[in-house]
Amino acid sequence: MSAYAPGSAEAVRSVLSALPADERLILPALQRLQESFGYIPDGAVDAVADELNVSRAEVVGVLTYYHDLRQTPPPAVVVQVCVAEACQAQGVRELLRGIEGEYAVAVGKRTVAGDVEFDKVYCLGNCALGPAVMVNGHLVGRCDTRRLRTAIEAAR
Amino acid sequence: MTRIYVPRDSAAVSVGADDVARMLEEALAARGASVEIVRNGSRGMLWLEPFIEVETPNGRVGYGPVTVEDVGPLLDAGLLDGGAHALCHGPVDQIPWLASQQRVSFARVGVHDPLDLDDYRASGGLRGLQRALTMPDDEICADVLASGLRGRGGAGFPAGIKWRTVMEAEADQKYVCCNADEGDSGTFADRMLMEGGPFALLEGMAIAGIAAGATKGLIYVRSEYPAAIRTLRTAIDIARVDGWLGDDVLGSGRAFDLRVVEAAGSYVCGEETAMLESLEGKRGMVRPKPPIPALQGLFGKPTLVHNVLTLSAVPAILADGAAAYQALGFDRSRGTQVFQLAGNIARGGIVELAFGVTLRELVLDYGGGTANGRPLRAVQVGGPLGAYLPGDTLDIPMDYEALAAAGGLLGHGGIVVFDDTVDMAAQARFAMEFCAVESCGKCTPCRIGSTRGVEVIDRITAGIDRDRNLVLLEELCETMTDGSLCAMGGLTPLPVRSALAHFPEDFHRAPEATEP
Repeated sequence: MSAYAPGSAEAVRSVLSALPADERLILPALQRLQESFGYIPDGAVDAVADELNVSRAEVVGVLTYYHDLRQTPPPAVVVQVCVAEACQAQGVRELLRGIEGEYAVAVGKRTVAGDVEFDKVYCLGNCALGPAVMVNGHLVGRCDTRRLRTAIEAAR
Repeated sequence: MTRIYVPRDSAAVSVGADDVARMLEEALAARGASVEIVRNGSRGMLWLEPFIEVETPNGRVGYGPVTVEDVGPLLDAGLLDGGAHALCHGPVDQIPWLASQQRVSFARVGVHDPLDLDDYRASGGLRGLQRALTMPDDEICADVLASGLRGRGGAGFPAGIKWRTVMEAEADQKYVCCNADEGDSGTFADRMLMEGGPFALLEGMAIAGIAAGATKGLIYVRSEYPAAIRTLRTAIDIARVDGWLGDDVLGSGRAFDLRVVEAAGSYVCGEETAMLESLEGKRGMVRPKPPIPALQGLFGKPTLVHNVLTLSAVPAILADGAAAYQALGFDRSRGTQVFQLAGNIARGGIVELAFGVTLRELVLDYGGGTANGRPLRAVQVGGPLGAYLPGDTLDIPMDYEALAAAGGLLGHGGIVVFDDTVDMAAQARFAMEFCAVESCGKCTPCRIGSTRGVEVIDRITAGIDRDRNLVLLEELCETMTDGSLCAMGGLTPLPVRSALAHFPEDFHRAPEATEP
């Protein structure tokens, strides 16, 4: 964690100073900032543009293009539910209904229920043991609402 | 000392392999048994995960699926001596599902600790690189061409031609880029190979770098694969210390070094030019071709781009000769293909076989049909851009040309099985929806066509002006196929049209009664 306020020019400079020369590019810079702050804070765009000598437009273009990059702090638990074909074939629709019943949330793009964020993703590479879900980076196979509840509790 | 193998593969861990390993460790300590627990890759028999193995005088004996609760009873039943138990599958190398495969790329995966370089060497690792370093560059390229190896990412382009193109290009810097942005649903072979056999990929890339005259390599790995990223980074560090990556590859005086680049969640970055844009730190948008990446790729320099499986096949080709690899296969599809059985399937996992095996053999003989026992209705081959084939026409040989003739594509070798509850109109809609979410937006047919496709399919299923909308959908598919810049928009019509062709009844149902 940086000692500076997230998004301040000093904070951005301090994070980007650790980038090796061949990674002084927009995407790695934003990824590094997200690693440090958990998200890309307001104000970082100008600082990144300045630091890398590119236009603000280019930085915003990259920031809004990639699903992984986020502009708000993540809640305590991030649940990524795979909704791609192989998990559809293994009953992810039932899991989504279960989540809706239990957490009162229709899983979409970064929908929040209390301290849990649910995000629809397309393939976690666990296509023979679906439905597949990732909870704070930990993969859960053959996921049902019971297994999901356990994983969310463990992640809190 | 007795050895027990517990996979570290993400799929195995996702169903409890770490917990089983911990429980084993505690139980063995409590019993005062001195046993080494090795965390191997997965054998790819995913329905048996966590699948643990015990080394015995008669070879490795396997048990699975093992839960934490099974550990005590297994030890009581004489696990350490390969004792009988309901979960015992006998000697692992005699399990027919595994023994009947022709594993080349996956030969080592599941056998060893993937980060044990001594094991890698002892099983023939680095022989390919050593041989390559004694050969002129054009002979290495000729070997790869003679092997018949074709790009495993989906396009099936002859690898040797690409190698020669990059080799002959003049530039102050060339690159080898491994595309490990495996985003197709139903595919996980790249992930399992990176987690379970990273050295083969690194060695393949080093050989490619030496042959093409590239000193820098990058592996672009999707962020959904954190374990693969960790494993590769550790493997690269180990290889550097061992002297086969870096400024002086195995004392040859030639340089080749590698780094892992983490992607940021964009399906279209699996397309090679979008991947190159992303590697340059930009929006992952597709570049028009030409110029081809082999001549103007990363930062405008000649770049050899291959998928994980293509590069991982290279060490064996160099070590055992092109002829041995070429001897496997069918027609113009040489060597082996790593098929991935997924979805609603009883025995899902990795099946590596020579091209030419039929879809029926894969789905029914290896896969055992649906997991829940319901009738099999549809099979999607080749990822989200692949065709849906009806469950009663599975006698298609799996090779690039035969599948194309059947209106499908092999893609990355993923096979997803659906039972009779599947709604094919919903699957067609999903294909368009996925394209709308993931389109890079560069070309209009893909960007607008995908959203239009969702709207039109919704009208068809709602029974609104159905015949005219079916015509419209067909025209839209034609526009996307002919007018898109890359496979994203160009192939999204494939699942849609195949669903329409083989399952028309799903588009003609009475509309569901809508609630007031």
